[in-house]
Amino acid sequence: MLYIKCPWCGERDETEYHYGGEAHIARPENPDELTDAEWAEYVFMRTNTKGVHRERWVHSDGCRRWFNVARNTVTNEIVAVYKAGEKLELPAAEAVKAEAETKKAPAKKPAKKPATVKKAAVDKKEGA
Amino acid sequence: MSRFSIFSLARNAMSWHQNWPSQWRSPEPKPEYDVVIIGAGGHGLATAYYLAKEHGITNVAVIEKGWLGGGNTGRNTTIVRSNYLWDESGLFYENAMKLWENLSQELNYNVMFSQRGVMNLAHNLGDVRESVRRVNANNLNGIDAEWLNAEQVKEFCPIINISKNSRYPVLGATLQRRGGTARHDAVAWGYARGADAMGVDVIQNCEVQGLMVEGGVIKGVRTSRGEIKAKKVAMACAGHTSVVADMAGIRLPIESHPLQALVSEPMKPVIDCVVMSNAVHVYVSQSDKGELVMGAGIDPYVGYSQRGSLHVIENQLAAAMELFPLFSRTRLMRSWGGIVDTCPDASPIVGKTPVKNLYVNAGWGTGGFKATPGSGFCYAHTIAKDEPHPLNAPFSIDRFITGALVDEHGAAGVAH
Repeated sequence: MLYIKCPWCGERDETEYHYGGEAHIARPENPDELTDAEWAEYVFMRTNTKGVHRERWVHSDGCRRWFNVARNTVTNEIVAVYKAGEKLELPAAEAVKAEAETKKAPAKKPAKKPATVKKAAVDKKEGA
Repeated sequence: MSRFSIFSLARNAMSWHQNWPSQWRSPEPKPEYDVVIIGAGGHGLATAYYLAKEHGITNVAVIEKGWLGGGNTGRNTTIVRSNYLWDESGLFYENAMKLWENLSQELNYNVMFSQRGVMNLAHNLGDVRESVRRVNANNLNGIDAEWLNAEQVKEFCPIINISKNSRYPVLGATLQRRGGTARHDAVAWGYARGADAMGVDVIQNCEVQGLMVEGGVIKGVRTSRGEIKAKKVAMACAGHTSVVADMAGIRLPIESHPLQALVSEPMKPVIDCVVMSNAVHVYVSQSDKGELVMGAGIDPYVGYSQRGSLHVIENQLAAAMELFPLFSRTRLMRSWGGIVDTCPDASPIVGKTPVKNLYVNAGWGTGGFKATPGSGFCYAHTIAKDEPHPLNAPFSIDRFITGALVDEHGAAGVAH
C-alpha cells in the first residue's frame, strides 16, 4: 500500500485517496478546431511513464482536494507532492534513468537532484 | 523435434527419463532476420509459430528480456472463455477458443486445456440485464452461453453461497460450458517448441534497448546482445509496450497497471469449474495440483513494479469469503503481480503502426491469456501480409481516432 502525503492533511494510507490519472493534460482551448487525431491525443493517448510519473490524486476520504504526485512507477517511491496549479520540474530524464540503473547494480549512488516545484503561474498549454 | 507419444514415453521410461532432448535451442542472434518479434510470452511465441506454419516465414527471431513465458504468461489465472459482447470481440475470441480446443494435438504438447465451464456471476439488477444481453449476443454469434438463475448456479457449483442475506447476493450467472482453464506455462513451452522445430530462433536474456527507424521505416532493433537487423519488427511485450513503442516515437492509448493473483495451499478438489465475479471482484478456479487460484482487480495507478497494494488483495479475499465461506480456513501460499497493459475500451490493439513494417500487439489488459492462439494467428497474418486479418481489423490503433471503439468493459472480467 502506498503512503501518500496530502499537502493539507499529511501522510495517509492509499485507501483514503483516489487516483486521477496522468497530470498536466490540459483540455484544449479550441475544441471546435481540433482534428480527430488531436482529440484522440487529448482523450486517449498517455505517456505511461516507466520512471517518475506525474499524476493526480484526490484525498476523497479526507479533505477531498486534488493535488499532484510525482511517483516512480517502478519503485513506487514518491518523489514529490505538489498542489494543483503548480508545475514540477523533474531532473533530466537521463539522470533519473542513471539513478535507476545504479540502484539495480549496487554502485555509488549519485547525489540526488532535487525536484523543484515552480510556484509561478502554470503554462497555459499544460493543465493543472 | 522428437514427437511425444505413448511410445516415446515408454522408451524414455526405460532410461529413467534421463535422455529427453531439449525442447528448443538457445541460439545466438543472427545479424539479420525477416521478422523480429519482441517478447517471448504466449502471444509472441504463438505469432512466431503461425508465421512459420501458416505463412512459411521461418527466418524469425523471438527476443526476450528475461526468460521464456516469464511475464504475464506465467502470472495469469489461466482462464479461457470467449463470451464477449460485441461481434468484433466475440468472433475474435471464439476463433481463439476453436484453436484452444485443438491446441494440444496441434502442438503435440499437452497444454492441459480443461473445458470445465466458466460462470460469470451477477449480483444486482444491472448485472443481470447486462449478462442476459450478453448471453443473447453470444448465441447470435454462435458462441455457447447460458443464463443460470441462483438455484442453477448452486447446482453447477455446489460450494457457492447464494444466501439472500449476502451483502452482494448471487442473482444468477452466465455460463460458458466450453470455457475453462489451460496450463499457462505449457502454452508458452508448446509454442516455443513448435516454432523452434520450424527454424524460429527463441533468444532469451536479450533486452531491446532501441528501435532502428530510418525515414519512417523500421530497420531493426538494438539489443543488449548487439544490433539485429530486421525487415519487420513486431511488438508483443504486454506491460512494456509503451516503453518499446516510445523508442520509435509512437504514442499509445495504453496504461500499465499492476494486477495481482494468489494461490492457496493445495487441497482436495472442491471446485470443478471457474467462477468469476465482476461486481465483487474475484475469480476462482482450482489447479490440478489442488491450489485455489484466485485473481484480484487491478491497482488503480500506473505501475511497472510487478507488485500491488495489499488492500486490493484484502477486497478480493473478502469477496471470495462471501462467495465461498468454506475457504475461510484455507491458508495462502503465495501471491504475485504482473503488469497489465490496459486500453480505454478494454479491447486490445493488434495491427500496424505509423512506422512502416513495425507492428503492435498490446492492450490486452487483464485478459490476454485466453486470446493467445487467436492473437498469434491474426498477428502472424498481419505481419506476413502487411494488412490485418479480418478478425483483428477492428482492433487497429486508428479506432481511437475514428471513434469505432469496441467497449468490452462489461465482458472483460476485471474492471479496467
